[in-house]
Amino acid sequence: MTAIPGAMARATPTRRRANPVVVLAGMVAVLLVLMVASAGSGAVAIPFLKVPGLLANASPDGMEALWRSVLLEVRLPRLVFAVIVGGGLAIAGAAMQALFRNPLAEPGLIGISLGGAMGAVIAIVLNANSLWAMAPAAFAGSLVATALAYSLGGRQPGVAGVLLAGIAINAMCASVIGIFTTQANDVQLRNLTFWNMGSLAGASWAMLAWLGPWVAVLSALLIREWRAMNALLLGEREANHLGHAVKPLRRRLVVLAALLVGPLVAVSGTIVFVGLVVPHLVRLSTGADHRWLLPNTLAGGAIAMTLADWLARTVVIPAELPIGIVTSLVGGPFLLWLLLRKGT
Amino acid sequence: MTASMNRRAVLAAALALTAVGAQAAPAKRIVSLGGAVTEIVFALGAGDRVAGVDDSSIYPAAAHKLPKVGYYRGFSIEGVASLNPDVVLASDQAGPPEALEQLRRLGKTVVMLPSAPTVDALAARIDGVATALGEKAAGEQLVARIREQVAAATRSPGGQNVLLVSSRAGKLEGAGRETAADAVLRLVGAHNVLAGERGYKALSAEGAVSLKPEVIVTTTMSVAASGGLDAFLAQPGIAVTPAAKSRRVVVMDDLLLLGFGPRLPEALKALQDGLAGRK
Repeated sequence: MTAIPGAMARATPTRRRANPVVVLAGMVAVLLVLMVASAGSGAVAIPFLKVPGLLANASPDGMEALWRSVLLEVRLPRLVFAVIVGGGLAIAGAAMQALFRNPLAEPGLIGISLGGAMGAVIAIVLNANSLWAMAPAAFAGSLVATALAYSLGGRQPGVAGVLLAGIAINAMCASVIGIFTTQANDVQLRNLTFWNMGSLAGASWAMLAWLGPWVAVLSALLIREWRAMNALLLGEREANHLGHAVKPLRRRLVVLAALLVGPLVAVSGTIVFVGLVVPHLVRLSTGADHRWLLPNTLAGGAIAMTLADWLARTVVIPAELPIGIVTSLVGGPFLLWLLLRKGT
Repeated sequence: MTASMNRRAVLAAALALTAVGAQAAPAKRIVSLGGAVTEIVFALGAGDRVAGVDDSSIYPAAAHKLPKVGYYRGFSIEGVASLNPDVVLASDQAGPPEALEQLRRLGKTVVMLPSAPTVDALAARIDGVATALGEKAAGEQLVARIREQVAAATRSPGGQNVLLVSSRAGKLEGAGRETAADAVLRLVGAHNVLAGERGYKALSAEGAVSLKPEVIVTTTMSVAASGGLDAFLAQPGIAVTPAAKSRRVVVMDDLLLLGFGPRLPEALKALQDGLAGRK
């Protein structure tokens, strides 16, 4: 596998760019506006101006009681969940692209996503299809797959070994999924299909209480590695000469990404595209310096997922679209537009 | 079906009863999750009380025109809440479980109904819906009528070797045991040639030939997916079976044949007529 640093190198600053602090602040502001707008719309029409009053009033009655519980029990947890999942997937994608020095890299490359899917499929076919059984199974699956890919591929010099082992492990996970799928009954098959399309519908405060801090801490640990990731852009040997021990660095990045993405896959299913494309969107607009790329990607992923969830919830009221479909449907054309605009 | 499934159905019915027992007034606004449940609501004459249904509710036609809250296995929580129902009637296959839990937290009464493909589960299903609607007597009447007609239909065993084929996107699948299809075949006394397998299995051309079915039963959607009856019968494997050679094929509406709804006696009658060659 040859790395293609060209696409990323081209994105390094050649022209005057906006002040990174301003960009980050702007993205956070956009995220907050989006969150407020998203919280204010949905199948249950809640008058926007009543929202602050509803949140303050602990014991409303009649229609307002329903509005308040929809807001607090359904909409807000889901909104926060979208922010967490989007940010986590995107920053892990940026780290993988830095590690593999390849613009096509994403967390799924080393088995995190398919390993998680394998765990979930096994749980579904064994009839353990509540979130509290599926999530641990999916997390365990993604950790096992990633650990195998890393420990077997890591014996080769360079990053190509991990990549190839990841491809092999992914293929094996896919066939295990296939075997269990043929054993599944009609109901389980439908469960599998829906799990695969990704969903944010299972959000509850109890889940967010551990998922939020988990993603925040791991993201912070990833951002701490920004210097090493910048050095990796030049090449592994060059990074070594710059004083970054590459092998331990590689291990740290893989472990962090697996710990970060595993639980996200476990609770939200496979949501493709965000981890792959959001880092590119950010890189195209603010450059490849990981000091800013990583936090911007975190904010960008949160924006992308909040927007996608908003559309998923509101386009086909009173039904809704699977979020995985919306992220790809909206994100694909957006990336193309950005590419064409930069090309001229 | 197995005794354990029956027990589960009865238990689910008991749970449904206690859930409804706690609620005093009969439901005036209903959201129904699951085509089989919707069909029962309409059969009990309460179609005008339905505020919304899921995507699988395709019978009767009136249900089709109501607001849809998504497929019952991945319905929109807020979508259901926005229709402001006082009871949500849900197949026990509706979900995910977290979504039903959230509906309860919104203060909605959720009645779970057994979905197993057995006559007992159908009775429990009808009883659960009837109780929630405050139409207990009508429910009991419907159950009694169905039991009587099913008993009459199953009195004359057919005994043919039957293969039940379903074809989604043109790929043939045969119905093994533990499927609604197998349960229907058992009720009319036919012998399912694929009873050795569990669930729906992809059917190879050689596999279909070796099973030597005398009659093939399939659904209208499967025939449509294959491009018409002639194309369906011309498929490799199917073409050389005794059933295809003598053109003994029974084609029935998907939901009627496999839905285990209140139309079960009609389904059994039509299937028996088809198997016996009376059309």
